[in-house]
Amino acid sequence: MADTTPLIDIRKLCVGFRGRSGTMLPVLHEVDLTVCRGESIGIVGESGSGKSTLALAAMGYLKHGLQKISGDVIYDGAEMFDHSPAELARLRGGQLGLIPQNSGQALTPTMRIGTQIREALHLHCALPEGEHATRARDLLAQVRLPDPEAILRRYPHELSGGQQQRIAIAMALAGEPDALLLDEPTTGLDVTTQAHILELLRDLARTRNMAMVYVSHDLGVIARVCDRVQVLYAGETVLEGPTRAVLRDPAHPYARGLLASIPRLGEQTLPRALDGRPPGPGEPRKGCAFAPRCALATQDCRAATPPMIAGGADQISRCLYPGRADEITGDQAGTQPHGCAKDSPCALDLAGLSIRYDRPGLFERLRGAPRPPATVDGIDLHLQQGETIGLVGESGSGKSTILKAIAGLLPPAAGQITLGDDTVLPPTVEGRRPDQLRRIQMIFQNPDDSLNPRQSVADILAQPLRLYFGLKDSDQRVRAVELLDTVRLGAPYLDRRPGQLSGGEKQRVAVARAFAAGPEIVLCDEITSALDVSVQAAVLDLLNDLKAAHKTAFVFVSHDLTVVRALSDRVAVLYQGRICEFGPAAAVYGAPSHPYTAVLLNAVLTPDPDHAPRLMAEDVAELSPPAQGCPFQRRCPVKCGDICDTDTPPAREAGDGHVIRCHIPLDELCARQTGEAPKS
Amino acid sequence: MSTATPAPRGLRSLEILRAMMARPSGAIGLTLVAFHLVLAVLSPWIAPFDYKAMDATLTLAGPSPAHWLGTDHLGRDVLTRVMLGGREALLVTGTATPVALIWGGLLGVYLGLKGGWRDEVAMRLVDAFLALPGILPLLVLITVFGSGGEVLMPTLAFFFGIPVIRVARAAAHEVVARDFVSAARARGHRPLDIVRRELLPNVTDTLLVEGAMRWSWMLLGFSALSFLGFGVSPPKPDWGLMISDARVYMSLAPLGVIAPVVALSTLIIGINLSADALAKTLGLDRSRKAVI
Amino acid sequence: MLALIIRRLALGLVTVWLVSVIIFLGVEALPGDACTAILERDAHGEALAKCREVMGLNTPALSRYLDWSGGILTGDFGLSANGQERISELVGYRLRNSLLLAAGALGVGIPLAIFLGVVAGLWRDRWPDILFSTGAIFAMTIPEFVAATILILIFAIWLGWVPAIVLTPADAPPLEFFPEFILASTVLTMLMIAHIMRMVRASMIEVMAGDYVQMATLKGVPHWRVVFRHALPNALLPAINVIALTVAWLLGGVVVVEVVFNYPGLGRLLVDAISDRDLPVVQAITMIVAITYVGVNLLADILSLALNPRLRSHHMRGT
Repeated sequence: MADTTPLIDIRKLCVGFRGRSGTMLPVLHEVDLTVCRGESIGIVGESGSGKSTLALAAMGYLKHGLQKISGDVIYDGAEMFDHSPAELARLRGGQLGLIPQNSGQALTPTMRIGTQIREALHLHCALPEGEHATRARDLLAQVRLPDPEAILRRYPHELSGGQQQRIAIAMALAGEPDALLLDEPTTGLDVTTQAHILELLRDLARTRNMAMVYVSHDLGVIARVCDRVQVLYAGETVLEGPTRAVLRDPAHPYARGLLASIPRLGEQTLPRALDGRPPGPGEPRKGCAFAPRCALATQDCRAATPPMIAGGADQISRCLYPGRADEITGDQAGTQPHGCAKDSPCALDLAGLSIRYDRPGLFERLRGAPRPPATVDGIDLHLQQGETIGLVGESGSGKSTILKAIAGLLPPAAGQITLGDDTVLPPTVEGRRPDQLRRIQMIFQNPDDSLNPRQSVADILAQPLRLYFGLKDSDQRVRAVELLDTVRLGAPYLDRRPGQLSGGEKQRVAVARAFAAGPEIVLCDEITSALDVSVQAAVLDLLNDLKAAHKTAFVFVSHDLTVVRALSDRVAVLYQGRICEFGPAAAVYGAPSHPYTAVLLNAVLTPDPDHAPRLMAEDVAELSPPAQGCPFQRRCPVKCGDICDTDTPPAREAGDGHVIRCHIPLDELCARQTGEAPKS
Repeated sequence: MSTATPAPRGLRSLEILRAMMARPSGAIGLTLVAFHLVLAVLSPWIAPFDYKAMDATLTLAGPSPAHWLGTDHLGRDVLTRVMLGGREALLVTGTATPVALIWGGLLGVYLGLKGGWRDEVAMRLVDAFLALPGILPLLVLITVFGSGGEVLMPTLAFFFGIPVIRVARAAAHEVVARDFVSAARARGHRPLDIVRRELLPNVTDTLLVEGAMRWSWMLLGFSALSFLGFGVSPPKPDWGLMISDARVYMSLAPLGVIAPVVALSTLIIGINLSADALAKTLGLDRSRKAVI
Repeated sequence: MLALIIRRLALGLVTVWLVSVIIFLGVEALPGDACTAILERDAHGEALAKCREVMGLNTPALSRYLDWSGGILTGDFGLSANGQERISELVGYRLRNSLLLAAGALGVGIPLAIFLGVVAGLWRDRWPDILFSTGAIFAMTIPEFVAATILILIFAIWLGWVPAIVLTPADAPPLEFFPEFILASTVLTMLMIAHIMRMVRASMIEVMAGDYVQMATLKGVPHWRVVFRHALPNALLPAINVIALTVAWLLGGVVVVEVVFNYPGLGRLLVDAISDRDLPVVQAITMIVAITYVGVNLLADILSLALNPRLRSHHMRGT
C-alpha cells in the first residue's frame, strides 16, 4: 500500500523563538516525521505541544517570531527551507496542500468562493484556463457540496462551518496534491459534520494515494483516519507507532494518561485526570519532560532526556520503562459520578419555556406578518436537588440560550421558571432579588473571556462574596483561600492575574467564583469545550466532588456526548430548540432512541480504530426550526410520512421517566435501532 | 501564558512609565513633555526680561548677547516670550483634557453598556456636534464671551470630549461582548458597579492613549485660535499669537517666527511620541497573535 | 442593501436637522442679536426697536427657525447682517473655491496616503516604515498655520516660485487660482496624509498577520498577489471611516489655511463674519459645512457597504 521512499522526511527538527532575555527558547526539539505516499500519520498533542508548528514546518513555513535552529525538512528529496520563494509557492497549494484549522477565518472575506478556487486552479492546475470553471464544479462535487453554482458565487461568511471546511479541502485538491497536511481539520465542527468530513477524507486518501498528516488533539479523529500515530509532548516526540498499538496499548505513560482521561460513551464513569501541566514553551527542563507528572519517574528519568527506544508492538517510545506504562492506570477503575436520591426535592422547574431572538420592526408589525417560529420552544424540565441534567445538541440547538434564560440574561417569550421553594423567578436579572440571584450561578465556556483580565484572583472571588454576603476585606481573603482550596489551587493563586494562569486553572477559578455564592443550581455552558482533554478530566472530577459536598444541582450543557454521559443523571437531547428525547442517561444513550439521538450517537468518534461511526443523516446545516411539526423533519432518515411535517410528535413514555417525542411507535424504533441496518 | 509576576496594583503606572522610557520614541517624547512642563512652571523666575517690556530702539533686532533670540516688532525679548508662551496653553489644555476625557469617557462607556434608545439618541447628537466644523463653535462662543481662560477651558473640554464619547463607546462595546461582563450581569451587580469594576479598568488603556492624542490636538486648536486672534489676548505671550504677529516680518526677523514654531512643535511632537510609545507599551497597536 | 442605504440616508437627514436646531438655538442663546451687533453702542431704545422690526427679529423663535430652515431647503440663506447682501451670492463662489482646495488636497492626498501606509505596513520597523512614520508624526504635529507660514517663507519669500498670498478675487474662474493654491493644497495634504497613513499602516499590519493571509501564502499565492488581492481590500475597509473623518477635519483646517494665504474661500468668509459679528452668515456657513460633513459620511458608509461583503449579506451564518 505505501511506497517506501518517504515523501515528507523531517529529521531532528529544532524550532524556537528568541525570548526577552535573548536566549533561544525551543518549541520543537529534535522531532522526526516520515510520511510515505499513501500513508496517513496522525500527530497528537495538547496545546503547547508544538504540533501545529510541526505541520507548518513541513511546508517550510514558520510563524512570525519562530526560527529553525537545526534539522532537515525534506519534501520529495529537497530541503524546504533552502527553496526560493518561487519554488515554495509552486510546491505549496500544489503538490503539498494544507487544510487549515479554522476555515472560516482562513478564507479571504472579500473574495468570492469561486474566485478563490479559480485562483488555486490558476496557480497549480495544468488544464487550460477555459476548463477551470468546469474543474471548479468538479471539485465541489468531489467534496460532496450540492449546488456548486450557488456556492461558487457566495462569500465565505455565508457558508456554514462544514461547508467552509469542504471548500478548504476542494482548494487543496485543486493542486492535485501528493501530500496533504491537515491542521485540526474538524475542530469546532458539529459531531455529525465531523463524521462526514472524516469519511470524505478517508475516501480521498484511498483513491488518490496521498500522504496525509493529521494534526489533532482528538484521538477519536486519529483512530478513524490514521495508519500511524505520533504523540508530541512539550515539543518532543514521546511515542510513535501503528494506530492500533498506540491506542490499545500505548508504551508511554503520557499516552496512557491521555487515553485514560478521555470520557467513553459506553461507561458512566468519570475519566481519570492527569495531574499537573505540561511545561510551557521555553520553560527550562532537565531530563524527561513528563517526569514531574509521571508516577513511574526515577532519578534516571530526571537526569537526562530519554532516547527513543523500542516499546511493544512496533512502537518507539521516549521512555526508559515502556513496558511498565500500564502501571500508570493499571487496575484503577474510574470514579463513579455522584448521583442524587430519587426523591430529592425540586431545585428548579422550567415550564413551557419559549425564547425568541427575532425583533419585529415597525413595518413587520404594521403588516401583521406572521412571526417566525421561536428559537427555543416548549421546554419543560424538572431539576432535583443534587441532580445533574445534561443538555446535549449541536450548534443551533438552543442549549446555551436556555441557560441564558435561566440565568436571567435573556428574557423568555413565554413560560415560567420556578425555584425549588415555589418562587417564580422574574424573567430578567434586573427584576430578581439578590437572594434569588445568589441561588443560580453560571460558568462560561471560554476561560480567557470569563475572567476580568484586570482583576486579581482575589478580586474576582471577592465580587460574589461582597455582593451576596457583604463580607469585608480580611474575611474576603480568608474565604477566598478556602474556595481556592476546594478547587485544588490554593492560596498562592490569590494575587495572580488571569493572564498568568493556564486554561484549566482559569476555569477552576471560574468554578470557585460560582461556588463562592453558595448556589443551589450551577449552570455550566460548555465549560470544558475550550480545554485540553486531560484538563477537562480534572475539571469534571472537581465538579463531581463539589456536587457531592454541596448537593448542588447542575445543568450541564455540551455538544460532546461523552462528557455529558460521564457527568449527568438525566439527559435532554435538543434539536433546533426543541426537546427530542429526555430521560435517565443510561436510557437515553441506549435503545430505543429518538432518530436524532441515534444519528448523534452513531456519529461519535472513539479512540478505537475498529469502531467506525455510521453516517445516518445528511450533513445539512439548518438555520431555523420548521414552522410546525417535528423539528427534525427535514433531515430524519426514518421519517414516516407527512404527519411529521404537520403534527407535533407525541411524547412517548419508555419507562422510568424516559420520554421520546416521535411519531414512530417505540417498539418500531427499538427494532430499527437494534435489529436492522440503517437505510443510508 | 506569561511567567512574570506583575507589580502590585498601585505601581502599574510606574511600570508603564519605565517601559515607555525603554523605547526611543517614549524616551524622547517623555523628555520633551517633561522639559516643557518644567519650563512652563519655572519660566517666570528664570526668564531674562519682563514679557511686556518694550524697547522702541531695538525692534526686530537679531540675536545678541543681551537678547539671545532677538526682539520682536515692539522691541520685546523673543526668548522671554517664547519661554512664557506655553504657560497659558498648557494650563488651559492641561485642565481641559482630563475633564474632556472624564466626561466623554464615562458617558461613552455608559452608553456602550446600556445601548438601546439612549444610545441611539446620544449618537445622533454626537454626530450632529461632530458635524459642526471644528473651530467654529469655539470661535462663536469666544466672540461672545471673550477669550479668557475661564471661557476657553470649559469650551474646549466640552467640544473635545465629544469625540471621546465615540472612542469610549467603541472600546466599551468590545469589552461588553466578553463573558466576564455577562457573568457580572448575571450575578446581579448594578450597572454602575459593572461600569466601574468591569468596564472602566479594561477601557482605561484605550482612553489614556486617546487622551494623549486629544491633548495634542487641543494644543493645536488653542494655538490656531490664538493665531487667528481669538485666543490669548495681547500682551500676554503665546506661541500662536507670536507666530501670527511675527509672520508679517518674517523676511526681516525670521527668528521671531522660528522660535515659537520650534517651541510649539517640540511640545506637540513630544506628546505624540509619548502617545505612540504608550500605545505600543500597552499593546494597543500590536496584533494579538500568539507566537505558537 | 438598498434598505441599509435608505436607513443611513434617513439618519443623515436627522443629523442635519439636529445640526440646524443646534445652530439656531446656539445663536439664539447668545446675548444680543443681529441688531445689537449692527448698532453696537447705539443699540438701545427706539433705534433698537426699529432695527428689530425691520430685521424681523420680533417674531417668535419657532417661526423664525422655520423660515430660516425652509429657506435653506430652497438654497436661500437670507440676508447678511447689514441687510445688504444675499448670503447665497456671497457664499456661492467661495464655496466653490474651498471645494477646489479640498479636492486638490484629497485627490493627491488619499492615494498617496494609502500608498505610504501600505509600504510602511509591509516593511514594518524597517527604514521605509521608520521614515514614513516619523514623517507622519512630524506632519501631524505642525499646526496648519505653522506649516503654511514655513512654506511661504521657503517657496514664496526665499525662492520666489509662487506668490505668497492670493490676490485673485473670489469670483474669478478657477484656473486663475492655480499657482497660489498649490501651497495651500500642499499644507492641507501634508496634514491629511499623516492621519490616513497611520491608520492604513496599522490596518495593514493587522491584516498581514491574519489567518487568511497565512493561508493564501500557504496556498502558493505569490507574495505580491497576496498583498494586493487578499490583504489590501481588507486593510482598506477600516480606512474608509478614517478618510471620512479626515475629510471632515479638512473642512475645519481649511479655515486657518485660507486665512494665512488670504484665499477667498468659505473659511476666510467665516473668520471675517465672526470678526464682524455677522451671525446670519456664520449660521449659513455652519449649515453648509455640516451638510457636507454628513454627506461625506454617508458616502463613506455606502462605500463600506459596497466593499465589505459581510455588511450586506442576508445569509449571515453564525459561527
